[in-house]
Amino acid sequence: MIPLSWYLIVAALLFCIGGYGVFARRNAVAILMGVELMLNAVNINLVAFWRYSVLLNPNPNMPFFTITSGWAWAIFVLTVAAAEAAVGLALIISVYRRRNSVIAEELDLLKN
Amino acid sequence: MTGEQFVFLAVSGLTIVAGILVVTLRNLFHAALAMMLSFLGVAGIYITLGAGFLAAAQLLIYIGAISILIIFAIMLTRRMMQAQDTPFNSQAGAGLLTAVLSFILLVFVITRLWRNEIFDSPPEVPTAIMNQIVVQLGADFVSPDAYVIPFIVASMLLLAALIGAVYVAWPQVEDEA
Repeated sequence: MIPLSWYLIVAALLFCIGGYGVFARRNAVAILMGVELMLNAVNINLVAFWRYSVLLNPNPNMPFFTITSGWAWAIFVLTVAAAEAAVGLALIISVYRRRNSVIAEELDLLKN
Repeated sequence: MTGEQFVFLAVSGLTIVAGILVVTLRNLFHAALAMMLSFLGVAGIYITLGAGFLAAAQLLIYIGAISILIIFAIMLTRRMMQAQDTPFNSQAGAGLLTAVLSFILLVFVITRLWRNEIFDSPPEVPTAIMNQIVVQLGADFVSPDAYVIPFIVASMLLLAALIGAVYVAWPQVEDEA
């Protein structure tokens, strides 16, 4: 039997790896890839909590807490991740066309 | 070690190793391929949790769509694909320290502060309920008692994101660069 904490630790590790990618990479596309890893870690957490609490008695005063809540949240996170990837990559392509660079440090148009 | 634990350790090991490759590989294209592998591991984790529908959605949306989109972006900005002097910026050390410290904090919270014996093993869910989840999910998404408003907001967000992406990436007639 797998305790819930194993899933949480894997998700925490994946989240921190993605965060390191966001902090440390120079290329804007690599930063977006780190963000995707972090969103995946969040989704692992949501689905794991759903699996371990699916049979806990739902509170009738909280209509959002049903047996499908974990899945619904995971799918909303998936939707937002898709929207974020589309807009982020469009921004990167637009910036590349104007500045001929996707290095995050060189994008200092707003500096000073 | 039971078979379940072995499968879990295998897929999560794949996820973590591929994730480390994503943030360390010098060649961005290889990093994107490692990211697809990491997403595959996450789909395996969903399967060990009994969420087969989400695993299929993960395969379709993350591996099939988002990864391909990112690979397109890498190829459109091709000059950056070549190995540079370094893939990391000047804050790489501080970033690594932050990541390691937050991981230690999270593990401390998970294993010490936040513990409950009801979460030590997953509850036995009757197969009838498990088979009902996808049907129930579809009904909940359009039910006024559940998720219809978030559902509509998500659809509007997707529409706005698509139109915005097309507008932002549209070639400018007068480029002031």
